[in-house]
Amino acid sequence: MPQYEKILLKNMEQPGYAGSLAEYEQTGGYQALRKVLKDMQPDQVIEEVKTSSLRGRGGAGFPTGVKWGFIPKDHPGPIYLCCNADESEPGTFKDRQLMERDPHQMLEGMIITCFAIGAETAYIYIRGEFRLGARILEKAIHEANAAGYLGENILGSGRTIKIYVHAGAGAYICGEETALLESLEGKRGMPRFKPPFPATHGLYQKPTVVNNVETMANIPHIINRGGAWFAGIGSPPKSCGTRVFCLSGHVKRPGNYEVPMGIPFREFIYEIGGGMRSDKPIKAFIPGGASAPFLTPEHLDVKMDFESVALAGSMLGSGGVTVMEEGTSMVWAALRLMEFFYHESCGKCTPCREGSSWMTQILQRIWDKRGRDGDLDMLDELCKNIAGRTVCAFGEAEVGPVQSTLKHFRHEYEALIREAEAAMPRGKEIPVLTN
Amino acid sequence: MLLARFKEEVEDILSRYPVKRSALLPLLNMAQREEGFVSEPAMRDIAKVLDLTPPQVFETVTFYTMFNLKPIGKFHLQVCKSIMCALVRSDEVVKWITKKLNIAPGQTTVDNVFTLSVVECLGSCGTGPMMQVNDDYYEQLTEEKVYRVLDDLARDGDCSLKSGPYMFPLPLAKS
Repeated sequence: MPQYEKILLKNMEQPGYAGSLAEYEQTGGYQALRKVLKDMQPDQVIEEVKTSSLRGRGGAGFPTGVKWGFIPKDHPGPIYLCCNADESEPGTFKDRQLMERDPHQMLEGMIITCFAIGAETAYIYIRGEFRLGARILEKAIHEANAAGYLGENILGSGRTIKIYVHAGAGAYICGEETALLESLEGKRGMPRFKPPFPATHGLYQKPTVVNNVETMANIPHIINRGGAWFAGIGSPPKSCGTRVFCLSGHVKRPGNYEVPMGIPFREFIYEIGGGMRSDKPIKAFIPGGASAPFLTPEHLDVKMDFESVALAGSMLGSGGVTVMEEGTSMVWAALRLMEFFYHESCGKCTPCREGSSWMTQILQRIWDKRGRDGDLDMLDELCKNIAGRTVCAFGEAEVGPVQSTLKHFRHEYEALIREAEAAMPRGKEIPVLTN
Repeated sequence: MLLARFKEEVEDILSRYPVKRSALLPLLNMAQREEGFVSEPAMRDIAKVLDLTPPQVFETVTFYTMFNLKPIGKFHLQVCKSIMCALVRSDEVVKWITKKLNIAPGQTTVDNVFTLSVVECLGSCGTGPMMQVNDDYYEQLTEEKVYRVLDDLARDGDCSLKSGPYMFPLPLAKS
């Protein structure tokens, strides 16, 4: 198995490391914060992060330094930082490990970010189910407060930065940045129309930066070792650094693995993940969380970076790789995913709200062998009319699995519809089923 | 008055936000933790504290799936059914629980101890099949493990099989 240098998971993979402040300090923790407060101006921090070409690890992959640069310079404030710890994308479970095993790493990143963008208050929006993670973070914040890394007059610099944990209550859409802000304001978590962007009108209509947990965890390392160092890892110039990819599904060794971006999927699945669980061949895989369209074995040599995966017709998204072995029905897989999107659609935009319910019903009846002749055309048409016609990216996300399985595995749909045809021949009234 | 009993905690929560309404989810979470569900009196209470109308609270509560509007059993068994868990046979877990407790998803046992729900992704895809029981995760479930969890919870109210801080795969011990 190839060995790569670990950055984010390095500490926590030391035997016995429990993520307390003392342990984190022993491994060089909070040195980046000291350096920033002593020697750097906010603009220099932003420049360093721009140099590193760090891109957001939540899914969209927006350059982090550029995002910070959008915050208006002469704004009277307050300015907010929100750390997106909602981790709701199925197939992704990296943030949970980063928060529960090494909370100070992300806290240090958050404090530096607050310094860079001029924020005094930061919220960690953690999904409601992660009670353990919320408790661990609260304890870590308490420790950092007591040690003077947080609160008023941080390390004698005169800066005040406060971080609070805010638990959600089980809504996938709150991982979308504007929905997260709505939810943080105590409303239904429905995405806002953009523009205006959160950088100018975010939380309480004030300038706000929303960053993922893994993005935040990268910041101290970039400050310590320099943006140029970071930009040399992975596959420069567009996809720099390592990523914690999450491997799940029919593989021998599922879990979180930190590797440089740009290794091929084949290496990730077969060498790092140990290959298929039952030695059946691979049939399909999802490269970046449930929203990403399926890829097939012919894409195994695609590199795991933003551009290559996009070129292959999918997206790297949140980095959740799910592998399916031969024998898994792709219609069933699409149905399961569609049920998820139907359940989680916030209901703001009609194409998404109605379309997800409609597509779930069609997929369900095809799977139940009650499909009809025109069903596939109907699915195609629905997909075309949802994607791009919604306020947020949920529309594209929900059609991804259906469109890609229709493209790569259309014969499976057709076989099920033919079976339905044989069981209930044409000319006979087909009952309309309500679920 | 529920909130009167937790005055300090409520004030601490309110102090975190410049706008009162932001405290809505934390207060609802607190109410649910206390009573097991979000009751109408609790919602009215919270509305009063936050200067909201009761419908504003209610409209928010109904958006979030974690809030129960009706009383449920002492232990809320939530089994993940999303694709990643389903690939590693999470549907079996539901069957095992149904067999053992004789309840279907959405139902509560007659003694009001267990409520079974089938839910969407809980962010534990590498260690599926899994379920959440109240605050705790139980991962890599097998038939024996599920029965042991249910037995332990019914008997002691706690089970040692719950997950600690997440780490998967576990690092290999240095040889």
